[in-house]
Amino acid sequence: MARMSADLTEDDIPVSQLEASSRRMNMIEAINDALDIMLSHDPSVIVMGEDVGYFGGVFRATAGLQAKYGKTRVFDTPISECGIIGAAVGMGAYGLRPVPEIQFADYIYPGIDQLISEAARLRYRSAGEFIAPLTVRSPFGGGIFGGQTHSQSPEAIFTHVAGLKTVIPATPRDAKGLLIAAIEDNDPVIFFEPKRIYNGPFSGYYDKPVEPWKNHPDSEVPEGYYRIPLGKARVARSGDAMTILTYGTMVHVAQAVCQAKGVDAEILDLRTLVPLDVEAVENSVQKTGKCLVVHEATRTSGFGAELAALVQERCFYHLEAPVERVTGFDTPYPHSLEWAYFPGPVRIGDAIDKLLEA
Amino acid sequence: MGSSPPPRPPHGSNKPALSLHVPEPHFRPGDPVDFSFIEVSKPGAQPRPDEACEAAETGPLTTDLVRVLGDDNQAHGPWDPKLDPETLRDMLRHMALVRAFDERMYRGQRQGKTSFYMKCTGEEATSVAAAMALASDDMVFPSYRQQGILIARGYPLVEMINQIYSNRGDKLKGRQLPIMYSSRAHSFFTISGNLATQLPQAVGWAMASAIRHDSRIAAAWVGEGSTAENDFHAACTFAAVYNAPVIFNVVNNQWAISSFSGFAGSERTTFAARAVGYGIAGLRVDGNDPLAVYAAEQWAANRARANAGPTIIEHFTYRAEGHSTSDDPSQYRSAQEREEWPLGDPVDRLKKHLIAIGEWSEEQQEAMDLACAEQVKAATKDAEKNGILGHGLHHPFHTMFEDVFEELPWHLEEQAAQAIRERKIKWPE
Ligand SMILES: Cc1ncc(C[n+]2csc(CCOP(=O)(O)OP(=O)(O)O)c2C)c(N)n1
Repeated sequence: MARMSADLTEDDIPVSQLEASSRRMNMIEAINDALDIMLSHDPSVIVMGEDVGYFGGVFRATAGLQAKYGKTRVFDTPISECGIIGAAVGMGAYGLRPVPEIQFADYIYPGIDQLISEAARLRYRSAGEFIAPLTVRSPFGGGIFGGQTHSQSPEAIFTHVAGLKTVIPATPRDAKGLLIAAIEDNDPVIFFEPKRIYNGPFSGYYDKPVEPWKNHPDSEVPEGYYRIPLGKARVARSGDAMTILTYGTMVHVAQAVCQAKGVDAEILDLRTLVPLDVEAVENSVQKTGKCLVVHEATRTSGFGAELAALVQERCFYHLEAPVERVTGFDTPYPHSLEWAYFPGPVRIGDAIDKLLEA
Repeated sequence: MGSSPPPRPPHGSNKPALSLHVPEPHFRPGDPVDFSFIEVSKPGAQPRPDEACEAAETGPLTTDLVRVLGDDNQAHGPWDPKLDPETLRDMLRHMALVRAFDERMYRGQRQGKTSFYMKCTGEEATSVAAAMALASDDMVFPSYRQQGILIARGYPLVEMINQIYSNRGDKLKGRQLPIMYSSRAHSFFTISGNLATQLPQAVGWAMASAIRHDSRIAAAWVGEGSTAENDFHAACTFAAVYNAPVIFNVVNNQWAISSFSGFAGSERTTFAARAVGYGIAGLRVDGNDPLAVYAAEQWAANRARANAGPTIIEHFTYRAEGHSTSDDPSQYRSAQEREEWPLGDPVDRLKKHLIAIGEWSEEQQEAMDLACAEQVKAATKDAEKNGILGHGLHHPFHTMFEDVFEELPWHLEEQAAQAIRERKIKWPE
């Protein structure tokens, strides 16, 4: 049920094939490409949201798609997140495969009843009679001076809900493959796009010039259809000193810090929070014996708490030190003090030092 | 294809195939603009019902357009608020100051002094004239495009700029995105970035005022696009049920970022006509006619104060500039729209009215514009002494943790200590 058709389901594409036909893309282009491919492959795919139609989205992720697929496949909606998600649930019940966009994750809350009480439970309460195969795309995270309503990372609200999958890509290559897999998935998926890395892999050193994606190996995106399976983590850096569990923007920040400090950490880019690749987590922590969890979201009841609990449940006798967490502070996202808030290189470096000394 | 149903013929062979309607604006970039389809009513021709009338009596006014200023620049009809020249000049000055302020703040953003700005060009009357029709202690619940209310209420420009620059003089401690002001002293509610949330809050404030037998009313503002949010409809229901002393100003500036008003329902009916279904009074006014705006707001305020109930006022206007400094309207609408807008410019119309009644001159206007620009420039200079965004002169780190709760719990104490530790590592003194 989860796969579309046999010829299109190679989860692991041979590297040679990737290099054969690939193109440099930033994250926006990769997302646009995934939507384009799915709109063309599957007539039941519908893209909708505030400003996504003619204009192509405030971040341009849907640019050109309405012109290509027409107004009944790609369209603007009223400014009602409740309506957007509720309508997507209804379309899914009919048999369509909607990909609604919520303009900023901070604005998903008016739609939350439709997500939590409805989309997440349709399959369960109807014993599979009705499903909600929607993929809710939404830019999230801070680092763009967007203030408290353009910066939040609310992923833990959704990972806490039974019946929702939560996916967060960290590279253009992953963004495309994961989005295709999310759209094909028959369960509702929250697909959070780290907006700070739309145009380049942000290192966290905010006073340094911004690197564009084109200098990054993972901006090499295969042409055409491919999927990266949900529930599989990626080793962003292999190492032995400790395991860093992270996702989204923070993958790049953690990498930059390890490089700057010369720390041989293993960085696991989780890619999917639910369902989590717990095997990859176990394998890595059992190898390194130390674990640091990094996310930009607020700390209390954040996804890091779940990760820390899993690690102690499953790797306790391998641990040489308590699991460390680096997170955003438990305050709304401030405007002028954005960089004091952001869990950047200093906060991560501090935690790494603590683990190294342990 | 797999689990997805292929396109198929309609159910039942002899039933007609359905088709989906997706609204489309009249003009896109490059299109010549002809607004002749907009019905522009005759100034002075609309009846003015008693302020305590049955809500249903306002029905016809929800699809009409209340107008006062004519092409002859004179005030006409029963909605003429008959303001004295001094008040009219104040109104003009406030609107001109808003415009000068917007110009300079926009430029400041472009020069990198802050992250973001939003102008209200062309919509000045909908906040300035409306605010002037309220009592200064009536509580306003604005959206982000009502800088005109603060200016009409005499809020210091320098405070506004401090907020925009997020500097150490910012009374909101640099926490909020630029233009998300708050001033309890000016009965101006803290602005949210989440659209339409202020509407049920305004109703609640108005209900509280009624519970306490106060005399103050509440007035809220919202863009036409945002009326699609649940909060608008919840607010209308509550306002109707409790006959709350509240005014909903729906600023219909035709565009919500790139989405024209059709995506909020304007192809079917007016925004003022939403009132009819809820059983509350509704008025649709020429939002670029400051006298009509004043008159409508005054009517609704008197109605609310007399315990006669809530009102929706649709201000029919035009967003002359981009949505914000992050927006480029040439991507989605015709540049000609602004020039062709049939209801003119509110500042220009009031100026011409004052000249026509012998109370103003082009020379005075020029001098006033210059004075406004100077006033803004001076305030900007003052504010810049407190710093601009990203240049060190922000509030101290520990302020980030204050006001999350009334008192700092242990975990925020710890996090504040961590933030200060990090500052010392980054900038060892
Ligand atoms: C709940 C919510 N959804 C989406 C947004 C993003 N957004 C900000 S302004 C805007 C358009 C609002 O248009 P309108 O209400 O017509 O007001 P205008 O900007 O024209 O004054 C949108 C979609 C938001 N701020 N809050």
